[in-house]
Amino acid sequence: MTNLSNLGVTEILDGLNNKAFSAEELIVEYIKILKTKNKHNAYIHFNEEKSLNLAKESDARRAKNNSLALDGLPIAVKDIFCVKGEKTSACSKILENFVPNYESSVTSNLWKQGAIYLGKTSMDEFAMGSSNETSFFGKVMNPWSKDKQLVPGGSSGGSAAAVAANLAPIALGTDTGGSIRQPASFCGTIGLKPTYGRCSRWGIIAFASSLDQAGPITRSVKDSAQILQYMSGFDIKDSTSADIPVPNFIDACSSSIKDKIIGIPKEYKIDKLANDVQKIWELGIEWLQDSGAKVIDVNLPHTEYALPTYYIVAPAEASANLARYDGVKYGFRAESFDDLEDMYCSTRSEGFGEEVKRRILIGTYVLSAGYYDAYYLRAQKVRTKIVNDFNKAFNKCDAILTPTAPSGAFEIGANMSPIEMYMNDVFTVPASLAGLPAISVPGGFSDDKKPLGLQLIGKAFDEETILAFASVIENCSNFKNSIKDII
Amino acid sequence: MREPIILKGETGQWEMVIGLEIHAQVKCKSKLFSGSSTEFGAEPNTQVSFIDAAMPGMLPVINQEAVDQAIRTGHALNAKINNMSVFDRKNYFYPDLPQGYQISQYKSPIVGEGWLIIDLGKGETKKIGIERLHLEQDAGKLMHDQHPKYSLVDLNRSGIPLMEIVSKPDMRDWEEAGAYLRKLRSIVRYIDSCDGNMDQGSLRCDANISVRRPGEKFGTRCELKNINSVKFMMKAVEYEAYRQIEIIEAGNQVKQETRLYDPIKNETRSMRSKEEAHDYRYFPDPDLLPLYITDERINTFKKNLPELPDVKRDRFQKEYNLSFYDADVLTADKLHADFFESLAKGRDAKFVANWIITNFFAMLNEVDKSIEESPIKEEQLGELFDLINDGTISGRTAKEVFEEMFTNGGNASEIVEKKGLKQISNTDELEAMIQKIIEDNSQQVEKFRSGNEKLFGWFVGQVMKNTQGAANPKVVNEILKKSLKN
Repeated sequence: MTNLSNLGVTEILDGLNNKAFSAEELIVEYIKILKTKNKHNAYIHFNEEKSLNLAKESDARRAKNNSLALDGLPIAVKDIFCVKGEKTSACSKILENFVPNYESSVTSNLWKQGAIYLGKTSMDEFAMGSSNETSFFGKVMNPWSKDKQLVPGGSSGGSAAAVAANLAPIALGTDTGGSIRQPASFCGTIGLKPTYGRCSRWGIIAFASSLDQAGPITRSVKDSAQILQYMSGFDIKDSTSADIPVPNFIDACSSSIKDKIIGIPKEYKIDKLANDVQKIWELGIEWLQDSGAKVIDVNLPHTEYALPTYYIVAPAEASANLARYDGVKYGFRAESFDDLEDMYCSTRSEGFGEEVKRRILIGTYVLSAGYYDAYYLRAQKVRTKIVNDFNKAFNKCDAILTPTAPSGAFEIGANMSPIEMYMNDVFTVPASLAGLPAISVPGGFSDDKKPLGLQLIGKAFDEETILAFASVIENCSNFKNSIKDII
Repeated sequence: MREPIILKGETGQWEMVIGLEIHAQVKCKSKLFSGSSTEFGAEPNTQVSFIDAAMPGMLPVINQEAVDQAIRTGHALNAKINNMSVFDRKNYFYPDLPQGYQISQYKSPIVGEGWLIIDLGKGETKKIGIERLHLEQDAGKLMHDQHPKYSLVDLNRSGIPLMEIVSKPDMRDWEEAGAYLRKLRSIVRYIDSCDGNMDQGSLRCDANISVRRPGEKFGTRCELKNINSVKFMMKAVEYEAYRQIEIIEAGNQVKQETRLYDPIKNETRSMRSKEEAHDYRYFPDPDLLPLYITDERINTFKKNLPELPDVKRDRFQKEYNLSFYDADVLTADKLHADFFESLAKGRDAKFVANWIITNFFAMLNEVDKSIEESPIKEEQLGELFDLINDGTISGRTAKEVFEEMFTNGGNASEIVEKKGLKQISNTDELEAMIQKIIEDNSQQVEKFRSGNEKLFGWFVGQVMKNTQGAANPKVVNEILKKSLKN
């Protein structure tokens, strides 16, 4: 029998339909792997009984020819999605034993198509981080680590690592400023952040509400398209979800890019851009050109303000979003305190990690009387300018190609200042601020053989075009075959 | 014209400047951002959705019914309805606030400036400006008496829609403030956007008050909280005005602060100073898009607004030929007005107005019942009026029948029948009786005829004595006049 854990979405669904294996066999195989090979610490927990029961139900449906679109497909879920009956903590001590009695809309959409819950993957606490090192459940190792232990990126580091290490065919992530794309780049996987509003945020623990968006992490572009197909859709329970039709993403992957126009923003050619990243970017341009696309230069003049803007807007929203974790209703409460105020202080001091506390403080500061206009209001104005930059650029091109991150994965414990860490998001936050769809697809390797991703940014609600471009890069880069040479 | 009350201090005269902030619970089926019920008095924590409890990942969705009610209320206050408004987060920690922020409207409220007319008695009115009306969610309730060690939280109220209605500082004494609060309550009840119950907390009032020498600039104001009746608001304002005058006259300055009114001691005391005031860090709620309202929606509600108290009062004066006072009393509450109108149809409206104001409303007042709780319905009272009108009973008997109906129930005609209260209007019977009285009392007749007209009453008394009061006094008067003349 083939190694089941190597299979992607289409291969799994084909195998199940052809009765090459059953959903139960598939889940048994994955559970075995999770029990024996969780050296990366990608998962924080899984539920063998639940997954097996779901697999049996799936097999029963298939036996009756009632199988659903994703029937039997195992999916790992970032610990930020509320899954009914499963511990959901956003990898924070403050929610350590929280078990929601409801199911997020995105996971619910997938389960309705017969997909099977495989387990919860690790992440930076409340999705705040770019290395997965702020998780309350310990660090996660990038599967590409050799002599030195590398971070998987963050915040969806557990999801990217799980997919890269064949611990799951697909994992769900969320992206606020790059949390799907950067770990996808670091781990050599595909990571797709859809347009803001494409997927419902209902039931996803909020970090920054105007930026958060769910998306898939997979080993192929088509797999991402196939999963996004069923994650997407209007949700009356999320006022910011978009009531517009969901196109056929799978078809989009194979559509031609001939005569399509790709924009290259010169503002992304920053001083700190490593030569190997620059080289992969140039290769990417070549591949697209060779496949019939036109390449033009575009201007995104406010790019340099995107990172500071993001680090005002996101913490501001987070400072309010995280106020509900106060020790009163659910989750962690400090053991000893003198009075109400002390209960709040102790609970939140002990319950939140350093990075989360830093961002709550930043957010509280930028919203404070006397600072609001200078920070929050100014940031909102810059955000509008960034949106306008993209609008202008998209008058001239169909998609924009950039590197996903300024470098490949760095070492665990690399002594970075918060600002240095925030620099990881420099190429991903502009699309987040503008609410645009963006995908990271492996382009090749750094000089020291770490995966490097290329990012395609599309027009709002035009995931189709970036899926088409990403498919071309996927084919041209031949990344999958190179894996064998490297590992 | 009525002049506002001027207070006399040690050093001279003082004028009050008052503005009111009213929190009115929106009458609608579900909460502002969730589908939970808003019914009052349910068991604690039985009307709480995951959203109201601020569970992780939950998102608010605006209740359009509450928006409609805010639009209607805005129209009733002659106010501008904004096509675009924004919900903001007001951040502070408290156990009754599960999200750690209240969703409210700060810079862009749904309703802008408006006004209403207050009535100050004797037909005197004054126009009071409205600054704004915005929608916001209510907090839960802390219960401190349920457990020896802990305070408990009831989230039934969490997320209930409120309209905060802010007046301009246009009121100059507690009478005006009282009239404003009564008028506003009357209006929201007329359009059914709030039930107006202050004792259940569905209408709450904060008062901003300062004092100044007449004609001078506004003084430093204090905000009074915890006011749950019109009476207490007026008392709180009075107390606070004198407190501030005393401070200024002693050469000190009033501190801007929030003060709590204690209705038992009738005093206000400091709750928090301006320096201790929270920095609420308002910012637009990213979970909610701006609220857009089309002109069409705005106009539809304007067209379909019911008749409001002022218009109804003017109509009552004209249509039923009522005095300003009577029309005003009848229209202060829509239910009272409706009650009157259903009875006035086909009857002498002035008589009906007079009767229900002096007897029926007085009785309700005496037993402290609202018109909804009245044991007597329109039809019962209508029957009673008809019995008076056709002479079956006298006005005096009617009051007796009314009291019987009110206390023990039953219909007027049954009570009249059972108690034998029917009035004798039969002219022949009364003429014979009167003839006999005249014959038996020739001396008195002489006296009367020689000019002692006061004796007329004595003759009426005799007839009433003979009939145990059942004689129709109108008929008796007529016959007596005729018979005694001869």
